[in-house]
Parts: sequence; structure tokens; C-alpha cells
Amino acid sequence: MSSIAATAGEDFVADSRTRRRHWFERGVHAVLLVFAGISIVTTVGIVFILLLESLQFFGEVSVWEFLTGTKWSPKASPGHFGILPLFCGTFLVAAGSAVIAVPLGLGTAICLSEYASPTVRGIVKPMLEILAGIPSVVFGYLAIVFVSPWIRSLFESAELFNAANASVVVGIMILPMIISLSEDALRSVPRSLREGAYALGGTKLDVSVGVVVPAALSGIVASFLLAIARAIGETMAVSLAAGKRPQMTLNPLDTIQTMTAYIVETSQGDTPRGTLSYQTIFAVGLALFLATFTLNIIAQSILKRMREEYE
Amino acid sequence: MSLVAEKPSRPFAKFASRAFSVLCYLCMSLSISALIVLLWQVVQYGWEWLSWDFLTNFSSRFPQKAGIKAALVGSLYLVGMTALLSVPIGVGTAIYLEEYAPKSRWRTIVQLNIANLAGVPSIVYGILGLGLFVQAMHFGRGILAGAATLTLVILPIIILTSQEALRAVPSTIREASYALGATRWQTVWLQLLPAALPSMLTGIILALSRALGEAAPLVAIGAATYVRFTPEGIFDKFTALPLQIFHWTGDAKEDFHHIAAAGIIILLAVLITMNAIAVVLRSRLNKKIRW
Repeated sequence: MSSIAATAGEDFVADSRTRRRHWFERGVHAVLLVFAGISIVTTVGIVFILLLESLQFFGEVSVWEFLTGTKWSPKASPGHFGILPLFCGTFLVAAGSAVIAVPLGLGTAICLSEYASPTVRGIVKPMLEILAGIPSVVFGYLAIVFVSPWIRSLFESAELFNAANASVVVGIMILPMIISLSEDALRSVPRSLREGAYALGGTKLDVSVGVVVPAALSGIVASFLLAIARAIGETMAVSLAAGKRPQMTLNPLDTIQTMTAYIVETSQGDTPRGTLSYQTIFAVGLALFLATFTLNIIAQSILKRMREEYE
Repeated sequence: MSLVAEKPSRPFAKFASRAFSVLCYLCMSLSISALIVLLWQVVQYGWEWLSWDFLTNFSSRFPQKAGIKAALVGSLYLVGMTALLSVPIGVGTAIYLEEYAPKSRWRTIVQLNIANLAGVPSIVYGILGLGLFVQAMHFGRGILAGAATLTLVILPIIILTSQEALRAVPSTIREASYALGATRWQTVWLQLLPAALPSMLTGIILALSRALGEAAPLVAIGAATYVRFTPEGIFDKFTALPLQIFHWTGDAKEDFHHIAAAGIIILLAVLITMNAIAVVLRSRLNKKIRW
């Protein structure tokens, strides 16, 4: 009798313990689910907040005027709200930085993947990691204190703040990104392709430029797109170096203003909520978000396809 | 018909190949020397302005008296607070996506979404912080609003690196644990997390050093640039190192450029310290793992 009761008691204890564990597991699951949901909520939140304030803005200013107007002077009265000058500034800086970073980055990536010895790689890669970790405000400082005087000594017509300053430092900033992503793409090209090309009598140049680079092309293009998206969204360096004058120009020696620099200038002035210039921050932010998000999605889908190709 | 192979029809092939390799090495040395030259100039510019007073003084209108105390303390509070918010959420999300979520379309969407969020410019997160934390939730422009905004910025990085760390743990460990009757959470807590900890920590510290250097989101939420006190509560106004550097760099007075350089040296020193801690932790903890 007593032994039966004892077993039953043990059963009961074990049972309640299992049950407790069961509920605990469920609780953990729920908490983790909530955490994972936060990323979705963030995306929705970004879109919602940007749209909410932008819609109020577009109640006052027509979308057509916003997208096609060639004058941006939101603080003047009557104000002009054409985003094209800001677009133009952003384009100028992004294109300039790409001109610097794309050839340098691709050359360095080919060197690291095809030419450099393990020792050289061991030295260069950590240095590039350091470069990647330098905050953007530091590059803004470098642009003002060192790059600007240098450019003005080369070109007399250059203004104190100009697009070329920003292009140079943003180009250096996005270099590590291009190098590491392109190098990954180059290294993921199967060895058999290289050996086949050598067997056919190709020189090292034929192999790396004629075989390896084309095979890794999708990854390389994706790295360019991601880097350009980064350049478009780059803020502190650009707002320090490029100036505060939105204008339609393609001359890199002129003072310009980018979308990001406008947001910085306006939010620094402690703009009260509900005013039209408060809403311009969100409208410009929406344009910026859409531009970078599109580039990112294209790059991610290219990368995904490349991974499937080689796996 | 001769059986002897014809001479290669490309006389410059070898020369071209040599020239290209030289060109590649040139690219690499240019990329590296850009880093070295620029950093060297910062050090040269700011070295003489570094002093104990610089670390313990508040900012000032006079460059000789200006110090970095408020920004340094503000940055440390800010990054600490950001770590408290972002690490549990980030690691939790990574665990959910890797160990719990069924392989469904929903999971693919979340995964792609996180990768895209990592590419959203930080200034956009700043605007989100302005609209959400400052205006809608009334956090004010203090440390809490700043840390919450920076959390959004670095969350995708923490999630992605933690996921990679979990993926690197061999699946035999999981299977052995389940075979011994462990529940899912017991497997995660007792087996996977300890094994993934070293590379997870590296990712987290890298993400936090990104947060330390970010100025754009803080400018967007309207954080102060001229602060002459150290923050005491989470709603207190604050300034941070990159903000203070931004402010000094934008000043027209030449001397302020020197103290900006000194500020950059301090910022880089803190960043390097954090990275050194990451390296040491990683090698220490890696030694403990054997499988």
C-alpha cells in the first residue's frame, strides 16, 4: 500500500515538474517570438512614420512639384519644394565616390584574392577592418581640414565646401565594403575554373580578368550597389564637407547639399512639430529610404542568386 | 604540315599580365596608404592638445579651456544603455530564427527584411526615432531616446552576426542534446549559447562600436551639442563624442579643429579598446570549447 502511494506521489511530482517545464518552454518561445517580431515592427514603423508626416506635407505641396521642381528653398516665403537639387547633390557625391572607390576597390579585391600571399592578406585585411570601423564624422573632419585645402590648391575655382571633398572621403569610406564583398565573391569561384583556364595556356591576367572576374560578376555588382546605397545614405561626412546650398549643378567643385545633409541641417534647428519644414524632413527621408531600400533589395536578390549558383 | 607548335600569337601577353599585377598591387597600397596618411594627420593635428584637462573639462567657447568630459561620459552611458536594450532583443531574435522558427515563407521574409534593414541609412532611423520616441512616446531628447534609436540602428547587425555564430555550432551538438531528452530551451541555454558565445560577443562588440561612432541619428533626434554637465538619469540631456566632434569641426575657428582632432583621438582610442577586448575575450573563450 505505502509503496503504491509513494510511486503515485513521485509520479505526481514528476508530472508537475514536466508541466512546469512545458509552460516555461512555451513562455520562452513566446518571448523570442516577440523579439523576432520587433524587426518587422521596425520596418513597418519606418514606413508608417515616414508616410504619416509625408502625407501631411503632400497635402500642402503637390507630389508633382516635389518630384519635378528645380528649386529647394523650404524656409523662404513663398517656399519652393522641388527635391531635384537635393537629388542632384546626392547623385554628384555618390557618383564621385563610386568613380574613386570602384576601380580602387576592385583592383584591391583582385589583388587580395588572386595575387597576394597569405602573409600580405594577413596584414592588409585587418587594416581594412580598421578602416571600415572609423566613424563617419571622422571622415567629415578629414574632408574639411585636409581634403578641401588640397582640392583648392589643385583647382582654383573650387569653393571651400564642395561636392568633390565629400566624394573623396565617402569614396575612401565605402572602399572596405567593396573590397571585402568583392573579394568574397572572387574567392567563392571554384578552383577548377582557374585550373581549367591555366591548362588552356592562359596567363595570370587571362585567368583573373577573363575567367574569375566574369564568374564572380554578380557578387561584384552587388557589392557596388550596396556601396552606392551606403554613399547615398552617408550623412555626417557629407553634411560637413559638401556645404548647405541646394542647387542644380553637375560641377563637383560647387557647393551643394545632399538629401541627408538637408535633414541634418533642418533637425539641428529644433524645428517644431506640425510646421511645414518639420514635415519636409520626413518627405526627404521617405525619398532617401526608398532609394536606398530599392538598391539594397536588388543587391540582396543578386547575392542570393549567386549563392544558389555555387552551392 | 609541321607538328611543332606555333609561337604564341600574343607577344605582349606576358608583359600585360605583369603590368596588371603591378596595377593590382598599386590599388591595394593606395587603399591602405589612404588610411595611414589620414590617421597620421589627425594624430599630428591633435596630439599636442591632448591633456588631462582636456579629459576632465566641459566644453567651452574658448578652445584652450574646452574639454570632452560631458561627451565622453555621455557616450559611455549611451552605449551602455544601447547594449542593455539591443543585446537581449538581438540575440533573442537570432535564437528564434535559427532554432525555433519553422522553415516557412514568413521566416524567409523576416530574414530578407533584416538584411535590408542593415542597409537602411542611420539618418532614416534617426527620423524614425524623432517621430516615434521623441514625439509620439514623449521620451524627450535624453539618453533613453538616443539609446532606443541607436538600438534600432545596430539591431540588424547583432541579429545577423548572432545567427552566424549559432549556425557555426555543429548540428551534432544539438542532436546529442535532444537525444538525451533535453528540451529546446535547455539545448539552447546549456549547449548552443556557450558554444556560440565567443563569436557572438565579437559581433556584439563590433555593433556597439558602430553605435559609439554614430552621430547622424543623434543629430536627427535633436540631441544637444553644447552640454556642460554629465547626465544622471535616463531622461537627461546629453551629448556624445561624435556629436561633439561634429560640433567642433563645424566651427570656423582654426583652434577648434585642433581640439576636434584631439577628440577624434579619444574616440578612436575608445573604439580600439573595445575591439581589443573583443579579441581577448574571443581567444579566451575559444580555448574552453572542445568538440
